Amino acid sequence: MREDFITVAGCRTLVQRGGKGPPLLWLHGAGGGGRWTPALARLAERYDVIAPELPGFGRSDTPDWFDTIHDVGFFVLDLLKALDLRGVHLVGASLGGWVAAEAAVRSTERLASLTLIGPAGLHMKGVPRPDTFLWTEEEATRALFHDQLLVDAMLAVVPDEAEIDRRLKNRFATARLAWSPRWHDPHLHKWLHRIDVPTLIVWGAEDRYLPQVYAQHWAGLIPGAEAVVVPDCGHSPQAEKAADFCGHLESFLERMGR
Amino acid sequence: MRFFFFHLMPYADLDPDYDKIHPSSWVTLPNSYYDPAKGAALYHRYLDELEYAAELGFEGVGVNEHHQNAYGLMPCPNVFAGMLVRKIPDTAKIAVLGRALPVLANPLSVAEEFAVLDNITRGRLITGFVRGIGAEYHSLAVNPTESHERFHEAHDLVIAAWTQPGPFPWEGKYYHFPHVNLWPRVYQQPHPPVWIPSQGSRETIEFAADSARRYTYLQTAAPAATLFKTMQSYRDEAERQGYQASPDQLGWSIKIYVAETDAIAREEAKPHIESFANKFLRMPQEMLLPPGYTSMASMKGLIQSRKTITSGYRTMEQMLEQGTFICGSPQTVIEQLAEYQRRGGFNIVMAGLHFGTLPHALTMKNIEIFARDVMPALKSAVPGHMPRAAAE
Repeated sequence: MREDFITVAGCRTLVQRGGKGPPLLWLHGAGGGGRWTPALARLAERYDVIAPELPGFGRSDTPDWFDTIHDVGFFVLDLLKALDLRGVHLVGASLGGWVAAEAAVRSTERLASLTLIGPAGLHMKGVPRPDTFLWTEEEATRALFHDQLLVDAMLAVVPDEAEIDRRLKNRFATARLAWSPRWHDPHLHKWLHRIDVPTLIVWGAEDRYLPQVYAQHWAGLIPGAEAVVVPDCGHSPQAEKAADFCGHLESFLERMGR
Repeated sequence: MRFFFFHLMPYADLDPDYDKIHPSSWVTLPNSYYDPAKGAALYHRYLDELEYAAELGFEGVGVNEHHQNAYGLMPCPNVFAGMLVRKIPDTAKIAVLGRALPVLANPLSVAEEFAVLDNITRGRLITGFVRGIGAEYHSLAVNPTESHERFHEAHDLVIAAWTQPGPFPWEGKYYHFPHVNLWPRVYQQPHPPVWIPSQGSRETIEFAADSARRYTYLQTAAPAATLFKTMQSYRDEAERQGYQASPDQLGWSIKIYVAETDAIAREEAKPHIESFANKFLRMPQEMLLPPGYTSMASMKGLIQSRKTITSGYRTMEQMLEQGTFICGSPQTVIEQLAEYQRRGGFNIVMAGLHFGTLPHALTMKNIEIFARDVMPALKSAVPGHMPRAAAE
């Protein structure tokens, strides 16, 4: 894996890239990116995995135009163009899934498939959701995973100064995009039918951020989309059940002819 | 020294044990804790207290704005100002400190309401603008990362609406109006005074001290050490901008309790000031400091300082020590205010003579003794010349 900074739409952006194969663009969630996780390492065995830190997050700039989720959706399309990628498998988790969907309703020209992992972006009336912005860091971490032993281990690590700064920056960026309307774009659902590439929705059965019922909701709005629910798993199947998740994604992409 | 009486109008009948179940008296405290019959009585009582203060010779009375909490029951301060202006003597001013511009849907309606009050009072209105407490970005679902930008744009819009001949278009990022054309126009020229209450952020001090604005800066809810620092920062900023700040550009919003003797004052005030600090102000960090509400650097500092300052119960003695509360006999209060003025160089005192659960009789007694025995002694007190070197 190598790291480079490239400038897209005036935004200096960190891009991690590793592996060989068809291009797979990975969009991180609200917790931020810039980490070559076990899931990315495994996917890099079969794909050319490209994982930017989104504008406003981590080591990437916060550009003047960083106002709404739509700005980031357009940024992703500009990034695909800047890297001259075609036939891309676009994968986004949580907030990154929302960004991926915003990009895909605007253009699927450079996409071969779309995979959304517990994406934000839609709102189902009457389905209760937690106010994640009122959670303490510990509450937010506990809610992220189903397996609380994993959480205990994570919480036992005391963050250093750089990590505190990184989290603060990511939190600011997340609020910028998701505070209001809370975690959704009220107009997105009207245009999901425009997505004309094979689409996979992945959801943790025990997701406490966004209840699993959203999986079918998404699948119903994107033509031909498949939904898979990962048992005993919270909001981040790619982290909590990395092997299962990668298995699902790889077999979906195999069936779609890579 | 110029004196105003300020009311927060808390829901004083709040069940003090709410905090065994709920983290805060803000945002998510169920409103089943609010009893309308008790609330109605409180509103009338608080308005009586404000009217009484105006009759006893305070220069004016002050109200403010808070949303969806037990801490302050005035979501619509201009309504309260409207109730007061025809009741109080026609020499008393009314200060609305302030309107929380970024969390309100339409700043133009704030400009309008203030213009009405300015006309009705024939120019006895003092306006104020704030960003609102962090919790209010939760309560009103306004994006805290837009707070600063919205504040500045809304402020500029209000001032333009007051001072530029209408109609004219406003073409901003957050607010867009084809026709800005206030009816009525403001009474005071060029516009009503603007005071800026703040906890002391660098950005706000620079904003208020700007030579084009010269707004009165009102330090709120801060230890004396912070007060001295922010007062000096304001003077330094004014000097940097090429003018000398007048003491009337500096004010302190401070809770005060005065009684016959030091001992009586402390005994009477203690449970009520502690309820204010520990019950009504109680708020977890996530509520108080939503992401983007301040710059990243300030936020980091605030998170650190809150960890040390507000962990655990705050006693009256700690507050007296820190200078977030003044309490004692008239002589003690006179001496302390004079000393704080000498060191802070401010000329305006926004006296919070009601706080927390302080009952009506004690509030009235506090107002009375303060007006009778404290104010006359300090009326002619003015801060000496405060050269840069005076700052510690």
